[in-house]
Amino acid sequence: MALSIEDWLGYLLLLGRGGMVTVKLTIASCAIGFSLALVIGLCRLSRFAAIRWATTAYVEFFRSTSIYVQLFWVYYVLPLVGVNLSAIEAGILGLSLNTAAYGSELVRAAVQTVPREQHEAGIALNLTRWQRLRHVTLPQSFVVMLPLFNNLSIEVMKLTAIVSLITITELTFQAQIIRVQTGSTAIPYLASLAFYFLFASLIAFGFRTLERRFARGHEGVRG
Amino acid sequence: MSWDWDFAISILPRLLSGAVVTVQATLLGSTLAMVLGLAIAILRRTAHRPLRWTIHSIVEFIRRTPLLVQLYFLFYVLPDAGILLSPLTAGVLGIGIHYASYTAEVYRAGIEGVHRGQWDAARACNLRASQTWLHVVLPQAVPPMVPALANYLIVMFKETPLLAAIAVAELMNQGLSVANFHYRYLEPLTMVGLFFVIITVPAMLGARWLEHKVRQTR
Repeated sequence: MALSIEDWLGYLLLLGRGGMVTVKLTIASCAIGFSLALVIGLCRLSRFAAIRWATTAYVEFFRSTSIYVQLFWVYYVLPLVGVNLSAIEAGILGLSLNTAAYGSELVRAAVQTVPREQHEAGIALNLTRWQRLRHVTLPQSFVVMLPLFNNLSIEVMKLTAIVSLITITELTFQAQIIRVQTGSTAIPYLASLAFYFLFASLIAFGFRTLERRFARGHEGVRG
Repeated sequence: MSWDWDFAISILPRLLSGAVVTVQATLLGSTLAMVLGLAIAILRRTAHRPLRWTIHSIVEFIRRTPLLVQLYFLFYVLPDAGILLSPLTAGVLGIGIHYASYTAEVYRAGIEGVHRGQWDAARACNLRASQTWLHVVLPQAVPPMVPALANYLIVMFKETPLLAAIAVAELMNQGLSVANFHYRYLEPLTMVGLFFVIITVPAMLGARWLEHKVRQTR
């Protein structure tokens, strides 16, 4: 089938619109997922055993079931118990909960790299628990967390492709539509691969800039 | 809607046949990823700069694009170029190549962990490059990376439901087609999820035990 230039412009527009949905999904899932990850990661180091167990169970559950199964479960089974979510809500919920589980492990690992002496010095200075967390532990572990969250953000971006399977019209979904309508395969898929690659590179660049910004003044403290 | 045991039992054989395909795809895909990853890690150490740069770019591209789109590419674009792959072959290739870009990093770290002196000693003993790799570097580099590789095996296992999108008759595909046919989603999807938990939890414990073991011997 011969397509005119106008047709291709139309399809390119479709891909562009799908790309915007991919960007929004990535930002939403990262924002919700990372915030939850911070809370859960800190809870896993809590003084209270019950909180530690509950959050450990959460993390292990999400890490041991496949994200695909979780997504389909949220989309198809939750409505049966009265929770009706739109495809996009189900997608963001599934992605964020999953991101939170993986991210909390990174938060926990990063917080544990802060030397014990820092904690003790905080106590010696009579800082409250909250002040120690806010002014001693978090600023130091944040530098360690950034490169880890760089990778996780790119993983989240890649995961957004699978929400096309629950009918969200993001980039991969639009590429499929174009394949079905035109029979052309190389152009839609190569274009979407290029889009994902550029978006991932942009994320990596952004994080590296942040890393340089936040590493200032930490060189002497952390090797 | 409540859980229906009779229905759950009636679909069990179908799900198990899917589970067999899932395990097959995991084993084949991970074997490819382990071998290809090692090849990439070794090739990336070449002194030939254009080759190093080419491999680096390809690996970065694979790491930064979604597996699903790569699978579609293998399954829909390659036939236009005259390369016709069965769904399972395309799936195994897709998972294998995608995760080779991850395992290559694990191997790289392992290889860099081998002390410089070992390379110098191999040269002093007049070993050929292949002998150096096979008898000196790899035997020391591989054991510490086993836990990390085991973790990627688990990750690949959890990625296999994606193959349903290119019509591989694995567990997720069977679960979804049963669910669509009977219009009952609760039992099939829950059972598919449980299957993953049953395999993954012991596997994760095993990986953790391995890690502990490796740390002890060091």
